[in-house]
Amino acid sequence: MAGKTLYDKLWDAHIVRTEEDGSALLYIDRQLLHEVTSPQAFEGLRLAGRTPWRVGANLAVPDHNVPTTQREEGITDPVARIQVETLDRNADEFGITEFKMGDIRQGIVHVIGPEQGATLPGMTIVCGDSHTSTHGALGALAFGIGTSEVEHVLAPQCLVQKKSKSMLVRIKGAVGTGVTGKDIVLAVIGKIGTAGGTGYAIEFAGEAIENLSVEGRMTVCNMAIEGGARAGMVAVDQKTIDYVKNGTQGRAFAPTEVHWQEAVAAWQDLHSDADAVFDAVVELEGAEIAPQVTWGTSPEMVVAIDATVPDPAAAADEVKRSGMEKALAYMGLEAGTPITAIPVDKVFVGSCTNSRIEDLRAAAAVARGRTRAENVSQVLIVPGSGLIKEQAEREGLDKIFIEAGFEWRDPGCSMCLAMNADRLEPGERCASTSNRNFESRQGLNSRTHLVSPAMAVAAAVSGHFADVRSLEGGA
Amino acid sequence: MEKFTQHQGLVVPMDRPNVDTDAIIPKQYLKSVKRAGFGPNLFDDWRYLDPGDPAIDNASRRLNPDFLLNQPAYQGGTVLLGRENFGCGSSREHAVWALTDYGFRVVIAPSFADIFFNNSFKSGLLPITLSETEVEQLFEEERQVAGYALEVDLQAETVTTPGGMVFSFQMDEFRKYRLLNGLDDIGLTLQHQDEIKGYEADHRAAAPWLF
Repeated sequence: MAGKTLYDKLWDAHIVRTEEDGSALLYIDRQLLHEVTSPQAFEGLRLAGRTPWRVGANLAVPDHNVPTTQREEGITDPVARIQVETLDRNADEFGITEFKMGDIRQGIVHVIGPEQGATLPGMTIVCGDSHTSTHGALGALAFGIGTSEVEHVLAPQCLVQKKSKSMLVRIKGAVGTGVTGKDIVLAVIGKIGTAGGTGYAIEFAGEAIENLSVEGRMTVCNMAIEGGARAGMVAVDQKTIDYVKNGTQGRAFAPTEVHWQEAVAAWQDLHSDADAVFDAVVELEGAEIAPQVTWGTSPEMVVAIDATVPDPAAAADEVKRSGMEKALAYMGLEAGTPITAIPVDKVFVGSCTNSRIEDLRAAAAVARGRTRAENVSQVLIVPGSGLIKEQAEREGLDKIFIEAGFEWRDPGCSMCLAMNADRLEPGERCASTSNRNFESRQGLNSRTHLVSPAMAVAAAVSGHFADVRSLEGGA
Repeated sequence: MEKFTQHQGLVVPMDRPNVDTDAIIPKQYLKSVKRAGFGPNLFDDWRYLDPGDPAIDNASRRLNPDFLLNQPAYQGGTVLLGRENFGCGSSREHAVWALTDYGFRVVIAPSFADIFFNNSFKSGLLPITLSETEVEQLFEEERQVAGYALEVDLQAETVTTPGGMVFSFQMDEFRKYRLLNGLDDIGLTLQHQDEIKGYEADHRAAAPWLF
């Protein structure tokens, strides 16, 4: 019999019961809650006269709607304020731990989970947010769910799920300097397409993934969903264990001394067996991956920084061709334009994809001694949590950003989806470290180009996309 | 879960791949704490010429006459015909609530994003996967037949065209059973409380640091 994949191991360890058609009742170890997708779930729970099965399995934080500036004034948007207050009230009523807006631990839900040790190897983790795949970077099975399922997990701590197929994405060899987790995952999506991972759970492996820090792996797993896969994951190694143990801020939810050795022993098995068989295997050569820039309105519309905007005439079929034409018209781009010739209006460094301390350090390394280009009207740097903000300030990164003419903000989802006041004006073009370049994602008729933090700052100081490898500090 | 058995309805053809949930219901409407009322803002960015906001009365906004839902031929449409990777992007169940609140009961496409597909069942919206060729054929027929309607039978797992052509689709048994009977998912799971408690006790013993 073939060995087990990491996904098999995580899945099998959480089956409560199996239905005749193969769907399983899966036990959920951790649910993360935020203000946007939870109010209707709590309301449903209340209407049915139910209470949470295991209060301690939940952790709540407001992130999508929170302002990233002038917090002392509170949330001025009355609709957003009601939503955040609703989360506060629900968490208080049911006794769920919440990091409220004034709490230093508040931040983006997918950043604070690992930061607090609330995300651990071997766990099943859900959240009413598609980027829950992020947490798979620690060898966990983590996936996004809808609000009805949020309610379902609150009630009996389980979910009815059909097992996905398994896909191994192997990055062979190392990547070059200046090439990050973001570039790796964009290159993967460019290869498999936005629906390439639909129906699959992806395990990322290979030398380039092993070389990444745990934070870099989070960036990769974060965007598994942009390749269609609900879950992305990476095997546990010494880096994972060190990450859980050595949180600079202390990971309050991580195992204490009492269980540490036992936990580490259990985590050693969280990798695919050598003879495990995957339903699909995709391989990329690390050396061939250059810094990536998306040019269209879907993350699969991506090319290397030294390429040109692709020509729809070369598309494989009619549906693809018309999709590319629509995207180019929306983005205001012409086929054949060098990517480095595209000017940007604004720059956003942040989001659950790229707002961790290493992202900020990479951004600061390029920003150091440089200033915002004249044609770039705004550069937002939005840390992923209050603790990251504090750490960055201890390292003096905030000063580098401010001297460069950037804005140093408070933590939240911010301009990734523009639910708060941080947004683009119609037609504005943004180099963004977020995860989606969909139409109007960052504001009505906004134009988004997805890049790594270093590439975003390279664009900010150059006024147009630029190869970070040619800038000092970027490679 | 809303019950779904059979449905016959007018087809609205949305001929573009990767229709994402940001397009189905833009972020500014996610600030609501309710499940109802999303219909008027379904496909908001494509449907109106003026920017929308929860604070703005939709009646005061100019409709985009080129958009499908604003064309007289598609008024009352309940079956959305889509292309590949329908519902990709954000996990927001508000996308399903917007579709059902508007009046859609069925979405037919060659492929769906997993989370959207899962969410659909919770509100009685039936996502049907047909092959690329079959979907292409439906788009083709719709172009030629005014008032093109399809008949969907969940029990029989069939889609029938006005000309009497029958396409079969597949649905997981457990999911189908719940949908046909409109069962409360959480109630069903809670019937297994003892098993959950049993599992939890074993799990706690094996991984005490998780509790």
